[in-house]
Amino acid sequence: MNVIEVKQLEKIYNDSEVKVYALNGVDLRIEEGEFTAIVGPSGSGKTTFLNMLGGLDQPTSGFISIGGTEISKLSSSELIHFRLHNIGFVFQAYNLIPVLTAKENVEFIMQLQNKPKSERESRTMALLKEVGLEGRENSRPNKLSGGQQQRVAVARALASKPKFVLADEPTANLDSKSTENLLEIMEELNRKENVTFIFSTHDQRVVNKARRVITLEDGKIISDVRKAILPQ
Amino acid sequence: MISSIAWKNIWRNRVRSGVIIAAITIGMFAGVFTSTFYKGWINQRLDAGVETEVSHVQIHHPEFSENFDLKSVIPDGAKMAGEIAEMEFVDGVSPRMVAQAMIASSETGTGVKILGVDPEKEKTVLNLYTKIPEGKYLDGVKRNPILIGKKLAEKLKVKLHSKLVITLQDSEGHLVSEAFRVSGIYHVGNGMFEEMNVFVLKSDLARFVQLDENTSHEIVVHLKDHDQLSQKTELLAGKYDQSLVQNWKQMAPELGLLNEYGNIYIYFFIAIILLSLGFGIVNTMLMAVMERVKEIGMLMAIGMSKFRVFWMLMLETVLLTLTGGFMGILLGIGVTFATMGSGIDLSFYAEGLEDMGYSSLVFPVVEFKMVLVIVTLVLITGIIASIYPARKALKYKPAEAIRIDM
Repeated sequence: MNVIEVKQLEKIYNDSEVKVYALNGVDLRIEEGEFTAIVGPSGSGKTTFLNMLGGLDQPTSGFISIGGTEISKLSSSELIHFRLHNIGFVFQAYNLIPVLTAKENVEFIMQLQNKPKSERESRTMALLKEVGLEGRENSRPNKLSGGQQQRVAVARALASKPKFVLADEPTANLDSKSTENLLEIMEELNRKENVTFIFSTHDQRVVNKARRVITLEDGKIISDVRKAILPQ
Repeated sequence: MISSIAWKNIWRNRVRSGVIIAAITIGMFAGVFTSTFYKGWINQRLDAGVETEVSHVQIHHPEFSENFDLKSVIPDGAKMAGEIAEMEFVDGVSPRMVAQAMIASSETGTGVKILGVDPEKEKTVLNLYTKIPEGKYLDGVKRNPILIGKKLAEKLKVKLHSKLVITLQDSEGHLVSEAFRVSGIYHVGNGMFEEMNVFVLKSDLARFVQLDENTSHEIVVHLKDHDQLSQKTELLAGKYDQSLVQNWKQMAPELGLLNEYGNIYIYFFIAIILLSLGFGIVNTMLMAVMERVKEIGMLMAIGMSKFRVFWMLMLETVLLTLTGGFMGILLGIGVTFATMGSGIDLSFYAEGLEDMGYSSLVFPVVEFKMVLVIVTLVLITGIIASIYPARKALKYKPAEAIRIDM
């Protein structure tokens, strides 16, 4: 089943009188349960593409459908509501709310969804256990390591039961041990719970774990490779 | 949760929030205490003016106030006074005889207004009898007792039991003089009133000016409920339309203005303080918002609506303002309570205050309505101060905000 369907996606920035194609006719389908990495050099269009998939930016032309909803036609406020219920985000710099504990950070998104307290609490505790942070529920971000903070961010991204998780350079600020640990957690969530993950990354370790690698260059997909043919 | 985050956000930068809260606290303390002090001062002046000098309502012959002619008497004054005394909303009635005269001691002389009164009736309309530190209220001397003000006693250089000679034109137009002896000296803290008004027995004045003792130039009425002042004044004016019926606000408009504009002055003063504090609050919140652009971008990215972000920042500003506001208000009320018993003595700094009718010993007062208005003004300041920083925060697109390097 397609989670994401993209057709002839274009994003053009008008820099003075020169048109810059950040995305130039991208076509893509991502199915439920995929563990996909989007790679490419700086300026290739990775970030722009992720912003489009996450409903954070609007395309110049083309079609983006997420779970059957054409998000390129949604208004700004409809997009916010759509993101809340359909997309999980993991950011490079963790971006947790510093005044809240790990538990409150995870619970927060469910509060935005107006979920009942009992459901919020049980799901929060279950997610924190899954990402290996049992016992650290009441720690604020500044008392957690970078790896632990990113695991809280993963738990937060999953809390809203999204259709997929977009992770923008999730390992860029982590050491190798934390990276390994985080990737294992996400891989397990993908394998056990069929959570769809899409990464943008420069990190070869992430690429190695991914089962599908999409390479962008000059706003175009130049390769789309499944794990079976990836070099180990 | 949003209110909890807003409250926690205030304490992210304790020093910065502490400084602005301290500024609001000091500003509100100054505003509240100045207001309670000023309100106390006004109330004392009003209380003195109404309860000691004028009373609630006075009735005169329509032409009496223009020329003080002894012949301008109230028609059927005695009957009118009797009728009014029977009215259920009336607390006390005192019919008076009034004359303009010259008063002289062995040293000097001056012009005064002589009020011929029945002391017992007079006690039902004014509390002047409680403000006689020396002597008695028209008692204690054998013949022609006179009660004079402290300021007049100083001016005429007379003491208790001193002799004073009063000269006036009687009702027949003859210039007549008579000796009076000081039975008491009153002190009401209004130099002008003390210097201008002397009290004698109505019977003595009637004989002196050759009028019947039941004649009245002035009927003073004290109401049971001051809140019914306008309503009852109209009622009396309608019933006695041949006479001029006026309440204290009409007779002493400066007192009425003091009462009405006093509150406006207080709120205007508080508003100016809050306006200047408002700029500080906006600046603090702008700094707080600009530091958190990335976080606000993240909140909008994960699905927090613009309204909720705006609400969070508004709550943050309002809570910051209310924290300082409440501390300042409580401090101001606390200092007011600490000083309302003993009063604040300004005599060292403002000796001339009493000449203007203002007491130099001020007792601050707290009024619930005033506190409520001040709290509302603080709340409004918080809400207005939050708008600009919150709007500024919402201008960023989530995708751009997340990537800003702080």
